Amino acid sequence: MEKLILSVSPHISGKRTTQSIMLDVIIALIPAAIASVVFFGIRSLLVICVCIATCMLSEFLFEKLCKRENTVLDLSSAVTGMILAFNLPVTIPLWQAIFGSVVAIIVVKQLFGGIGQNFANPAIAARIVMMTAFSGTMTAWVAPNAINKAVDALSTATPLVAESKGETPPSYLTLLLGTHAGCIGETCAAALILGGLYLILRGVISWHTPAAFIAVVAIMSFICGKDALYQVLSGGLLLGAFFMATDYSTTPSTKWGKIIFGIGCGLITILIRFWGNLPEGVSFSILLMNILTPYISKLTQNKPLVGEAKV
Amino acid sequence: MKLHGVHVPHMKNTAECKGVRMPVPAAVTIPMAMHIGKPAKLIVKKGDTVKLGQLIGEADGFVSSNIHSSVSGTVQKVDEMVSSMGAKVPCAVIASDGKQELYEGIKPPEPTDFDSFISAVKLSGVVGLGGAGFPSFVKLSVKELSKIEHVVINAAECEPYITSDTRTMMDKGEYVFKGIEAIKKYLGAKHFVIGIENNKKEAISRMKELSAKTEGVEVHVLPSMYPQGGEKVLVFNTVNRVIPKGGLPLDVGVIVINVTTLAFIAEYLETGIPLVEKCVTVDGSAVKEPKNIIVPIGTPIKDLIEAAGGLKADPAKVLYGGPMMGLTVPSMDEPVLKNTNAIVVMDKNEAKQHKTTPCIRCGACLNHCPFRLNPRDIAHAYKMGDGEALKKLCVDLCMECGCCSYICPANRPLVQTNKLAKIKLREYLAEQKAQQEKEGK
Repeated sequence: MEKLILSVSPHISGKRTTQSIMLDVIIALIPAAIASVVFFGIRSLLVICVCIATCMLSEFLFEKLCKRENTVLDLSSAVTGMILAFNLPVTIPLWQAIFGSVVAIIVVKQLFGGIGQNFANPAIAARIVMMTAFSGTMTAWVAPNAINKAVDALSTATPLVAESKGETPPSYLTLLLGTHAGCIGETCAAALILGGLYLILRGVISWHTPAAFIAVVAIMSFICGKDALYQVLSGGLLLGAFFMATDYSTTPSTKWGKIIFGIGCGLITILIRFWGNLPEGVSFSILLMNILTPYISKLTQNKPLVGEAKV
Repeated sequence: MKLHGVHVPHMKNTAECKGVRMPVPAAVTIPMAMHIGKPAKLIVKKGDTVKLGQLIGEADGFVSSNIHSSVSGTVQKVDEMVSSMGAKVPCAVIASDGKQELYEGIKPPEPTDFDSFISAVKLSGVVGLGGAGFPSFVKLSVKELSKIEHVVINAAECEPYITSDTRTMMDKGEYVFKGIEAIKKYLGAKHFVIGIENNKKEAISRMKELSAKTEGVEVHVLPSMYPQGGEKVLVFNTVNRVIPKGGLPLDVGVIVINVTTLAFIAEYLETGIPLVEKCVTVDGSAVKEPKNIIVPIGTPIKDLIEAAGGLKADPAKVLYGGPMMGLTVPSMDEPVLKNTNAIVVMDKNEAKQHKTTPCIRCGACLNHCPFRLNPRDIAHAYKMGDGEALKKLCVDLCMECGCCSYICPANRPLVQTNKLAKIKLREYLAEQKAQQEKEGK
């Protein structure tokens, strides 16, 4: 008879693994990816694939180089690649997309210790680096070609830019469907909401952050005399609220921590959108809140159930 | 406020199986420590003839327990063995003559008051049968009886596989209520709550049926959420009180007693037969015919497995108790103990340990801890050797239920780290105390 295994309890474990969580996130992102291919053409699929491949490859090579345990199969780098691609315009030169992916994985994630150790969301930090480095190509948004072939590849204002310039804004339906100019994965509000709900129902993310984030944007827009629904459906808000402000390692873990994080993101977004020089502030708001995460976590620690000694 | 926990698979495959008595084993090995506290003093020697129910180990000190022979036969040898808790203890190996002759001295105790009730419970050798193994008479020796406001009867049975408490309620329901009457009579307790998880429909209806005839008994149906049967969790969920850190249920006016322990006490008051056998759930992926078996204490696990039809796969891991908090057994020759409520035999597939991957800071551990601890930060503080941080994180509150390890998607050994961190904290506190004393001088 073989030797019996001796180990410390528990002897069973739940089914969820890091890999299955990341797979769920990828599944949740797929509707928006499909929408982007439908609206922006096959090139958006190319950009998504290039980003995913570069992210996974950078992670693989870096960990090989540093003789770290290889984590490429946990799919977290694929998620980063997908989200980064969602934040790029479809016309982005591929070498710039590759550059961004390398920055995301190596500079923002691996140099800080790899999965779970980075303080900033890799996709967001990389996007901001790209915004600064390639401000021209990063804002070369085009109108969806499937809808209007004539203006294909012509730079068009996104809804938020259009609004700030006083042009006629698109209708709610356009915003919901995503048939307007914008980054690859941020335009189709319906697909993003679908993906977000999937993650919430699967228990991968909790509803607290997205709810607080979106609610604050809506309420503040209303108070500032803007169209609340328009503000919620346009820009990168839904993508940010459901997929980037819910990243595990860069956001607080407790219920109240998540709510505070969401409120903070909402307020900064509104500040940038209404009073800043940039048309959109979701990325910056999440990055700034990432920096505050350790403090929020400290403030919102769960209180152990110590009880009081009865006299 | 709600306490967190995890949803574990129930796997109560044996809930319908009434306990069957197994053939008398050829020999039993009875260790002198099957309880929390000091091991009992062995009072038989090699060659002695013993009968069923005869005292072979005498309680030594206050927190200790009597131990009786579970077979009639001859003491083959007096030996030393490593107990389930890891310490070396004396044990008696008794060869059975197969007759199971009852010891002549056995007669029902006739308690008349609190003191005689407690000494009867002490003589019976009963310990917490839910798994803890704390001598029951110590728990019931309440100094100020007026402090008892509630008696919580633990029938949650939240561990996967185990159904022995379910069978107690189904098959010995009347004894549960006789036990309640005894506690009422001798301890003066008035309010009883039976806490049962909602996955035991039949046991719940049986208890409800009986409680309708008894005053002051409430059947509290609880959600099936592990660790519902943890003492502090159960007290919180039934009578909404928080047992303080390092305290006892009595500190908040509660006594918690396992349902099988209670039924046994009632049965003992009637028959006078001490704790010599247990109803044990035998289950797991490697067991051919999972069932509940009534087994003499000290029976080797392999004999018990034989009584459950043997194995259908090579055993990879054998557990005393359920898969969430059970202890692994080094060999199939180990005996069934007083506090054994299940033997789970896992095959290779079920016992497979998943690979540990880096923490992704998902927060599942801290959002599922019943006591709201933060296993993630505890692991970090332990790694850093930071005793002060461990003190602030209250790691000594951890009951080692295993929710954190179970839920962790990275399969990190969190509860294991908690155990190590507790030791670290104890060392740190001792150091701190020594330091203070030195400064005081």
